Amino acid sequence: MQRSFIAKNPSVLIFLTCLALFTLLVTVLSEGFGIGTISTSFIKTLGKTLCLCLIAVAMDLIWGFAGILSLGHFAFFGLGGYMIGMWLMYERTRLIVVESLSQADIPPTSSEVVDAIGNQIFGVVGSNEFPLIWAFSDSLFLQLVLVVLVPGLLALVFGWLAFRSRVTGVYLSILTQAMTLALALYLFQNDSGLRGNNGLSGLQNLPAVTASQDAVSLWFFWASALALGLGYLLAAWIVSGKFGSVIRGVRDNEARVRFLGYSVETYKLVIFTLTACIAAIAGALYYPQAGIINPAEVAPIASIYLAVWVAIGGRGRLYGAVIGAAFVSLLSTWFTGGQAPDISLGFYTVKWVDWWLVLLGLSFVAVTLFAPKGMGGLVDLWSQHKNPNRHGADLGPDDGALREQEASQ
Amino acid sequence: MIRLFFAGLAVLLSCLTASAEERDIQPILQEHQAAIAKSSRKTIGPAIDAIATSGSPKAQTVLETWAAKAMWMRKSDGAFLVGKKTENKTYQLTDFDSGEVVGTYPSKELKHLKPNSGVRAMIATALVMFQLSDPDKAKRQSALTSIQRDPSAVQLAPLRASIENEADAMLKARKQRLERLLTIGYDVDIKARVEAIEEMSTDLSVDVRATLNPLVATTRSVAPGNVPEGLNIARVLVPGAEGFSKDEAYDLLVDKGLARAQVSSDGMRNALVANIDGGRVGGVPVAQLDKDDARSRAYAALAETGRVPSLVTQTDIDATLAKHVFFESYAEPSVEVTTAANHALDSIGLKVGFNQTLDLTLDALSLASIYFLAAIGLAITFGVMGVINMAHGEFIMMGAYTGYVVQQIIPDHTVSIIVAIPLAFAVTFAAGVAMERLVIRWLYARPLETLLATFGISIALQQLAKNIFGTQARPLTAPGWLDGALVMNDVVSISYIRIAIFILALTFLGIFLFIMKRTRLGLETRAVTQNPSMAASMGINPGKVNMLTFGLGSGIAGIAGVAIGLFAKVTSELGSDYIVQSFMTVVVGGVGNIWGTLAGAVMIGFFQKGIEWLNPSNTLAAQTYMIVFIIIFIQFRPRGIIALKGRAAGD
Repeated sequence: MQRSFIAKNPSVLIFLTCLALFTLLVTVLSEGFGIGTISTSFIKTLGKTLCLCLIAVAMDLIWGFAGILSLGHFAFFGLGGYMIGMWLMYERTRLIVVESLSQADIPPTSSEVVDAIGNQIFGVVGSNEFPLIWAFSDSLFLQLVLVVLVPGLLALVFGWLAFRSRVTGVYLSILTQAMTLALALYLFQNDSGLRGNNGLSGLQNLPAVTASQDAVSLWFFWASALALGLGYLLAAWIVSGKFGSVIRGVRDNEARVRFLGYSVETYKLVIFTLTACIAAIAGALYYPQAGIINPAEVAPIASIYLAVWVAIGGRGRLYGAVIGAAFVSLLSTWFTGGQAPDISLGFYTVKWVDWWLVLLGLSFVAVTLFAPKGMGGLVDLWSQHKNPNRHGADLGPDDGALREQEASQ
Repeated sequence: MIRLFFAGLAVLLSCLTASAEERDIQPILQEHQAAIAKSSRKTIGPAIDAIATSGSPKAQTVLETWAAKAMWMRKSDGAFLVGKKTENKTYQLTDFDSGEVVGTYPSKELKHLKPNSGVRAMIATALVMFQLSDPDKAKRQSALTSIQRDPSAVQLAPLRASIENEADAMLKARKQRLERLLTIGYDVDIKARVEAIEEMSTDLSVDVRATLNPLVATTRSVAPGNVPEGLNIARVLVPGAEGFSKDEAYDLLVDKGLARAQVSSDGMRNALVANIDGGRVGGVPVAQLDKDDARSRAYAALAETGRVPSLVTQTDIDATLAKHVFFESYAEPSVEVTTAANHALDSIGLKVGFNQTLDLTLDALSLASIYFLAAIGLAITFGVMGVINMAHGEFIMMGAYTGYVVQQIIPDHTVSIIVAIPLAFAVTFAAGVAMERLVIRWLYARPLETLLATFGISIALQQLAKNIFGTQARPLTAPGWLDGALVMNDVVSISYIRIAIFILALTFLGIFLFIMKRTRLGLETRAVTQNPSMAASMGINPGKVNMLTFGLGSGIAGIAGVAIGLFAKVTSELGSDYIVQSFMTVVVGGVGNIWGTLAGAVMIGFFQKGIEWLNPSNTLAAQTYMIVFIIIFIQFRPRGIIALKGRAAGD
């Protein structure tokens, strides 16, 4: 009998319900539309966290389900942010420039307006010309297309090169890390056309929108929640079908899948590019809430943290990635924000601002060693979950294969 | 022109030294009495030159006295004399020429000459030529330095005269060299100059090029009709040809006042704003002026009424350009000299290029040895054992901090480095062994988990270092004998630290090869890496071997840290700066083979320096392109430059 998608995956419905309830709760408690218990800045933090959850879902797809430990997905996240940031910055500067030039005696020509915008945007890097990559920045629609297109193309080309030459395992991880390092170094240059290490700023102000930040932050929160919900649904649908079975096979035993006649490279390339696009959309929603994007955001370390979130949440299960990203990033904000109480040991006071990273690093090691299922494994305590009995062997010979404890029957 | 004149005068006078020696200085002073009494920087030049070139034995004394503010003028006859204060405002005066005391005068009958600092500087320049033959060696040396800094025509003759009697061989060589350079620049005899240029055309020094370059410097100019006579023309320019656009040509005409300036878009805009008349400009409504063609129409209408200058059209420009000839000319009038200088610069340029290549090669080698040093520990843990250790960079950092701590305890830099190297090895060896026992051995079959777990350790260690040592950079000072650089000539030089690192890298290569090929540990390591269970059944304890091998790799990273700390600032991020490059080095070279790591380091070092050479201002771009290149390189050789084959490859 054909069972429906939801019936086969009850966790999807539970997740979506939780997300909807959470969104509703936050809206009711918000300053913008509710009783004002939650401050606007915290709404922004929650909205950003939802975006991070979305990229964690993408990471779980590529690592947990396809077994490719990509250490470069924050490059796509950052590129998505840059693409939307270009339009936000151009349009907002244009409005300001037009406003100021309309005070002049004779109306400005369009080229004068563009020159003035160029001067405003690129003055900090000692230039006033628009580089070629800003060619479409005056059109919201085209930039939104580029949000998906640019990271998608980069992932497609990079993935095609890497998978074609059968780079796998740790080599692929290092290669993706090199890619994001190269991108970060490139963006750090002043003549990269994206304002060097100044990055793009003032992104929180939507052009031609007069609503207060209280309302705008909530709009973005809803958009992020919607994107996360849709992204989760898409990911769950992909992994529950035939495609999902093949990429799980690739994860555990690539050679066997290849000998069965599947084009392993194509499957890998599709999933790599798709997750890059999801990451880019997450980035495009994240940076307008953060307000600023600079090349440090795409530094290799960010992508490794992404892997840390997914590992702590529990890889190979989508809700695990979401839990891990939300838990670790919120906890990180709490500890590094100085809100955590210091612990006095008498001879030394443990300041969490200083010691949080040590704690995170060590607990991450502990999770890897002792709890490969991560926090998502806690769910197994009340769901009737059984591990396959493989006498301690992994699911397959490949580097990315699930371990016995991680797998479910 | 004046300088040339005085140069000629100086030559003349130096020929007549014998007869001029008897000349008294006072008449010369009297000749320039007004100028000297006024002592203004603008008018004093001829007076100082006259004194300096007088040939009088007292000229030096006069200049020195004057500069020391001890020269006085007797108001009665205007004579200049040396004054010495005696008592209540009276001064004892001495004549320059005879050296006799002429009497004591009250100060109101005298005028004190107080040259300001500008004049004193001019006097000092004039004094240089006397100091060239000064008995004091230090003075002669400083005189030469002063000429080098600010060469001029007048110095040539005295410099030539002083060469013969120079006792010090080194100073003599320096003087001869300087004389050649001054000859090139200032001699009146063109043949002598050309000869000197040819003689110096094998010299790589910066000062030769600094002397020759002004000779071949050209200025762009324009003349109506034909190329003017009497100029040393370098080349005739055609407007619109490569490197000389029509706009540039027209701007040159405007600069020389030979053509009317074009109306810029700003200028047009301002003119329009100035002529708004009842909401219209030249009949065009103001609101329509947001298009370029509307603005041109309005401007043209204004121009017709004569209120603004008319636009310069392209036809006007072409017509004006056709009427003029553009050329580049040398400031140096002599064709022979400029030709010889160009030849000399060409041949020097060739040699400089060759030496720059040599310098670049040395730079690349030293960069390669740094990469090799950072990667060699990794070549053991990752290359031989296959363990991804993301905390490798932090082991390098630990080594560097160990060196820093040792330097805090032992102040002597040489001793502290000697102590620090084994200590850094011990510290990181212990850390490596602890890490292997506690974490890595549980994850041998799981490289991706190893990567992440060791990364967790890496961020913990980095933050720990920040907590202990703070975020500011700590200095690790090299011993004094490593300061400075080995200078081959003005182009090629390499610092001793880099040589030391190069030697250290080679030493490590030797140590690695010895351990792996000649010791029991190396044999056991290779056995365990290839087939752990077979090795175990042969009586090898794989756990122990893995522990020791990992400790060895980590320990080498610690020593590399001391070496890297010597030229880089020691911060908690020191390791993470090298980690990606180190992995790249190992992967590009070929995992599991030390020669591969060496080849990888050399390739990356040379490649990065090569890109930096193409675009010297931008090391960020060099790194970006290098990584992109590596990604592409791996497409063609996925297993690295030197790939293991057969059973050793492991699969």
